[in-house]
Amino acid sequence: MITKLKTYLETKIEEFGRNLLDMVDGLGMITLFAGRSFYWMGKRPFRIRLLFEQLYSIGNKSMTIILLAGLFTGMVFCTQTYLGFKMINVDSLVGAIVAISLAKELAPVLTGLIVAGRAGSAMAAQIGSMKVTEQIDALEVMGINSIQYLAVPRIVAATIAVPMLSICFLFIGNLGAYLIGTTTLMIDEAMFFSKLSEFMVVADVAQGVIKATVFGFVIAVIGTYFGFQVEKGAVGVGRGTNQAVVWGMVSVLVLDYFLTTFLVKIL
Amino acid sequence: MLTFENPAISIQNVTKIFGEQTVLNELNFDIERNKITTILGFSGAGKSTLLKHILGIMNPTSGVVSVLGQDLSKLDKMELREFRRNFGMLFQYAALFDSFTAQENVAFPLKEFTKLKESEITEKVKDLLISVGIKEESFTRLPSELSGGMRKRVGLARGLALSPHIMLYDEPTTGLDPITTKMVNNLIVETATQHKDREMTSVIISHDVRATLEISDYVAFLDRGKIIEYLPVEEFKKSDKELVQEFLNL
Repeated sequence: MITKLKTYLETKIEEFGRNLLDMVDGLGMITLFAGRSFYWMGKRPFRIRLLFEQLYSIGNKSMTIILLAGLFTGMVFCTQTYLGFKMINVDSLVGAIVAISLAKELAPVLTGLIVAGRAGSAMAAQIGSMKVTEQIDALEVMGINSIQYLAVPRIVAATIAVPMLSICFLFIGNLGAYLIGTTTLMIDEAMFFSKLSEFMVVADVAQGVIKATVFGFVIAVIGTYFGFQVEKGAVGVGRGTNQAVVWGMVSVLVLDYFLTTFLVKIL
Repeated sequence: MLTFENPAISIQNVTKIFGEQTVLNELNFDIERNKITTILGFSGAGKSTLLKHILGIMNPTSGVVSVLGQDLSKLDKMELREFRRNFGMLFQYAALFDSFTAQENVAFPLKEFTKLKESEITEKVKDLLISVGIKEESFTRLPSELSGGMRKRVGLARGLALSPHIMLYDEPTTGLDPITTKMVNNLIVETATQHKDREMTSVIISHDVRATLEISDYVAFLDRGKIIEYLPVEEFKKSDKELVQEFLNL
């Protein structure tokens, strides 16, 4: 009995250790891939057409879901904040608190999570299916660097598009909060705006924009990295896509903490 | 074993080891210029690895791969990419870019590497596609709308777009019906003979014995990382190697 338990524990510890090592190994590989992508960003030819295609794919095509998510997040957050603040008679601060929370946290994080789920998975699936059908080999045989051709435009586009989407999220979220606050919760409109302008500063928006920019870069690096790692046909594409989404979302949440700690000190 | 004075491709003592597995084992052989050479072998014999060494996508653990007199190990990454423009390649499943139409696929290398005007590219693409038997109504079709044989033809046209000195074919007839196989074989021979005025070496990686014997000038047999037979096609048919005869009679 004791021997069995010992063996079981040993197996579990071994498994945990192996997973941990794999994770560290994966992080190292992603960092190396990011470095290579960075290197190729500065090399000619600059593929402007591909960059705009990706801006359209990541930015424009994510717009509807971002606007919907932003609107309802603002409305829900306003309602919940109002219910809490009303208990201590500071309901006039609802607009300001919602706006600051959206700007610093909710807009960049939720935009990052949505883009990781939508565009990050698409990047992994597109590049992965190109890998299994030898299209990436075809590029390499032609003398075209596949990282420069496939990864760089996606990474640059996501780094530009995610902060822009985050600003849209922030704007529409505040609009949702304003509509609910002034029409349903009967918060005074003048008070809503005066407190907002009193408490909210440019640094709050800047913090969100910086976070969103980092998230965009990381999501695209992860999405393209897992695309290039795909092996073994359709199953491999599915696994790569899944990993891209999981790693992308977890990275957004983990990075958010470290970025917050850093940014509150400098802004 | 055959040797040539000025080979298109020269493999000298090439060994490739992955972990504990030796995939290419002190491989030595030359590929004659302007001829069709086929490398036959069972699955896992090292054919694809050899192809990647010829293209410079993979580096040997030891030994030298020279193409058109150039030792590939002496080239840096950028020079190697430049050098790869000497190659054209037809992939097993054509590897067409699935978001591009047939004509966009063929135009792609021309747009990337030449300074031709748009109208000149359009004209050249049209000529290339017609030369491989693609009708004009299929020019604007996506790869998913083309049959397997048509995809191979478009892939061949794309491979030929930059007038390569060496054309590589990776399992060109695998998975095709007999009629399409014959069509692809004819295209390979036509491609080689049409370019007799300038250099055009064809290298085929295959395990399709029948097709190989019909179109090749030379045949090499790769087994467990070594060339065990390499002869002109007629002599290859009479090889006294047991494994070769076994393969030929499959």
